[in-house]
Amino acid sequence: MGIYRIGIDVGGTHTDAVLLDQNNQVLSETKSSTTEDVATGIYNAMHKIIADAKVPREEVKYAMLGTTHCTNAIVERKRLNKIAVVRIGAPATLAVKPLIGVPNDLREELGKHVYIVRGGHEFDGREIVSLDEKHLYEIADKIKGKVDSIAITSVFSPVSQAHEGRAGEIFKEILGEDLAISLSSEIGSVGLLERENATILNASVVNVAKTAADGFINALKNEGIEAKVFFGQNDGTLMSVEYAVKYPIFTVACGPTNSLRGASYLSNLSDAIVVDVGGTTSDIGVLVQSFPRESSLAVEIGGARTNFRMPDLISIGLGGGTIVRIQDDGTFTIGPDSVGYRLPEKSLIFGGDTLTTTDVAVALNKVNLGEASKVRHLNKELLEKVYQRMVELVEEAVDKMKTSSDPVPVILVGGGSILLPEKLNGASEVIRPEHSGVANAIGSAISQVSGQVEKIYALDEVGREKAMEAAKEQAKAEAINAGADPESLVIVDIEDVPLAYLPGNATRIRVKAAGELVQEEKDALTI
Amino acid sequence: MRKIGKQEIEDMAIGAALLGTGGGGDPYIGKLMALQAIEEYGEVTLLDADEVPDDALVVPSSMMGAPTVMLEKAPSGEEAILAFKQLEEYLGKKIYGTFPIEAGGVNSMIPFALAARLGLPVIDVDGMGRAFPELQMVTFYLDGVSATPAIIADEKGNTALLTTIDNVWTERIARAATIQMGGSVMNAMYSMQGKNLKESGITNILKLEEDIGRSIRLAKENNVNPIEKVLETTGGFELFKGKVSDINRKTETGFARGIATFEGLNDYKGESLELRFQNEHLIAQTEHRLLCVTPDLIAVLDAETGLPITTEGIRYGARCVVIGIPCHPKWRTKKGIQTVGPKYFGYDVDYIPVEDLAIKGVII
Repeated sequence: MGIYRIGIDVGGTHTDAVLLDQNNQVLSETKSSTTEDVATGIYNAMHKIIADAKVPREEVKYAMLGTTHCTNAIVERKRLNKIAVVRIGAPATLAVKPLIGVPNDLREELGKHVYIVRGGHEFDGREIVSLDEKHLYEIADKIKGKVDSIAITSVFSPVSQAHEGRAGEIFKEILGEDLAISLSSEIGSVGLLERENATILNASVVNVAKTAADGFINALKNEGIEAKVFFGQNDGTLMSVEYAVKYPIFTVACGPTNSLRGASYLSNLSDAIVVDVGGTTSDIGVLVQSFPRESSLAVEIGGARTNFRMPDLISIGLGGGTIVRIQDDGTFTIGPDSVGYRLPEKSLIFGGDTLTTTDVAVALNKVNLGEASKVRHLNKELLEKVYQRMVELVEEAVDKMKTSSDPVPVILVGGGSILLPEKLNGASEVIRPEHSGVANAIGSAISQVSGQVEKIYALDEVGREKAMEAAKEQAKAEAINAGADPESLVIVDIEDVPLAYLPGNATRIRVKAAGELVQEEKDALTI
Repeated sequence: MRKIGKQEIEDMAIGAALLGTGGGGDPYIGKLMALQAIEEYGEVTLLDADEVPDDALVVPSSMMGAPTVMLEKAPSGEEAILAFKQLEEYLGKKIYGTFPIEAGGVNSMIPFALAARLGLPVIDVDGMGRAFPELQMVTFYLDGVSATPAIIADEKGNTALLTTIDNVWTERIARAATIQMGGSVMNAMYSMQGKNLKESGITNILKLEEDIGRSIRLAKENNVNPIEKVLETTGGFELFKGKVSDINRKTETGFARGIATFEGLNDYKGESLELRFQNEHLIAQTEHRLLCVTPDLIAVLDAETGLPITTEGIRYGARCVVIGIPCHPKWRTKKGIQTVGPKYFGYDVDYIPVEDLAIKGVII
């Protein structure tokens, strides 16, 4: 009896799916269109790979979903929860109230019930003032029946979670266990406004995540599959449905992450630069020990500045459908607009009227696609210049992502990667793995389970070694909690940053542990 | 006299980041404070220095402490008011108006938040024309204006009055108190008369800041080169265009020190530029030529957008244009160079004005 897993990645244009066996060999793959309701697209893709692979349905044990549901909801400001925003920190922080600096439409949507309560901590863990519990009870009464999700952010909660935790308890006590509660210390790091924004966004997409999860589970059931379901998160690891519904914000940007992880798996490389060429853009990211390098800068989601972990990516306006415009004097522009998913009708080689990057590559015999006769009349010398510029755009982006000028391996994935040559400046080698068109879905299917901890430690008090040990243990416990096999746990990332100007040798330590998914069924069989 | 609203604040924040010359703290949180105060209390009156009576009491409003703390424990807004009230009480005189102590970085925005709430005017003057890290590095100090009596205040309602024998003691006591008060405080120091302000301050600096921000914003909208516009606005010089090829940082005694190396692009191909910084950018030089030295301003701009990049934001591979801007003549005096020149920061280099370096270049 086999154990099979399904990996699905829902992107803006395509929904990709793969079915893998227990050795992670690809048995079937598909690329279908993303549908307006998302669920239909998932169902279609899943139906096809199961039919193609012809494996017994009861042997499909795991299903992993990477999806843009939550990102879309935030960007479109649709289907968001009715939330309350509670900040604990008064009398501090009143000069910058929640959601200042967030675009007006989002502020209107999410800023209907905003409260600032007395409490919060100093950088060294002292209380600014004691927590105003009476005010919290009053707020709970006021918002009863009006909201279904609460975002709670306390000043310096990455140092002390006490006030956030207590506030959460009070709301549960008055409003019941069903209410969704998002605590900022579990979502972002130091930087009040950015962490608060991330927490608010998290609270606002709880229902969206629930609907996505239910839809996925139902689609599986309709196919006769009883699989354990996981969601992909943006650090390239999995979370259980329960976890995903609590921390849906971590699904944002999991698509590019899945591509990176898939590229690592397919090429068997742990450290490399990955170029994912889509129809409209190319995303360039960096693999460090098989995981995406994280961005150190504030990241905007739907116009709101946040600081939770995100893969460090740059996006350039170059894809398979990017429009090339040539002027009479021989000058030209490449993009940034694209025919996107309409490539099969718009581009010259498919009988359309728009010159695209794909047409350029076909005309120069770099790619064998469509009807080459339709681009034979074009000026090759000029197209050669266009092509060179396309390659340069990628080379510049690769260079920007490097940490030194040493050449590094470059892995090409995504449907549009056929455009790119066998050699790139700055690359020690260019790798184009098999199944690279669905690297993202593969990345989704092979994900590991992780746990992370990020805290400020006063090293003068606890000592560096003890602090590190404590952080590692906590990260491992988090990973096991999320479903990782304790035997396979590895610490994949350690970062410690001394905080300037602070006494006591205050240091922010971040540790991430990751391991294989516990394969309960497998264990059960061997007994 | 004119009114400052939200758009003016947005533009000034960009100019403030540029005049921060890599340091000065991110103006972002200060900008949000100013925007909220204007939203709640209305626009702020901006006065030219010559509109201020000679005998008027004027006081700058600024923050002191760790920017990291301020980004987490944002101010309440009351502490700056409290500091002003206490100082008024001590001096027995009403404060006429406020102004930024430094135009670069976060402190450029702080006075607007306070002024909106108190209905005070902001005066278009500062004491640096840029950003510097230490208390005495203001043009007021060059003319003998004392930092004290000074008030520092926290959000809990604690205040401390400092009357010290010199600015070194002010710095020492204020730092120690700041840590106990939670790592970030608001202060009211360098109080002076309108007459002192006109004599010792750097005037029209906020207008310059706004002009810089506006020209970068409009360049984007009109599709013209933002860096050319910045150079026109500031009377600055393009020193170098290149990509970051190395960045070497270390945190020493509370300062972010380091060297960034840029590899030349276009006209500068084959050359490389070294940029030395201690919170702010202090020296720019190639292998053979000195290009710009503190107190002249060195700013690193994104080659595409023209937006300023802080020392923390410098990353390998970033395409940048490094520009030099002449500092205010007050800094070019003997005492000025002693206070903020290259030797004070530990570099064995003589100060030479950027306009001389940019035209002839000085072989080293």
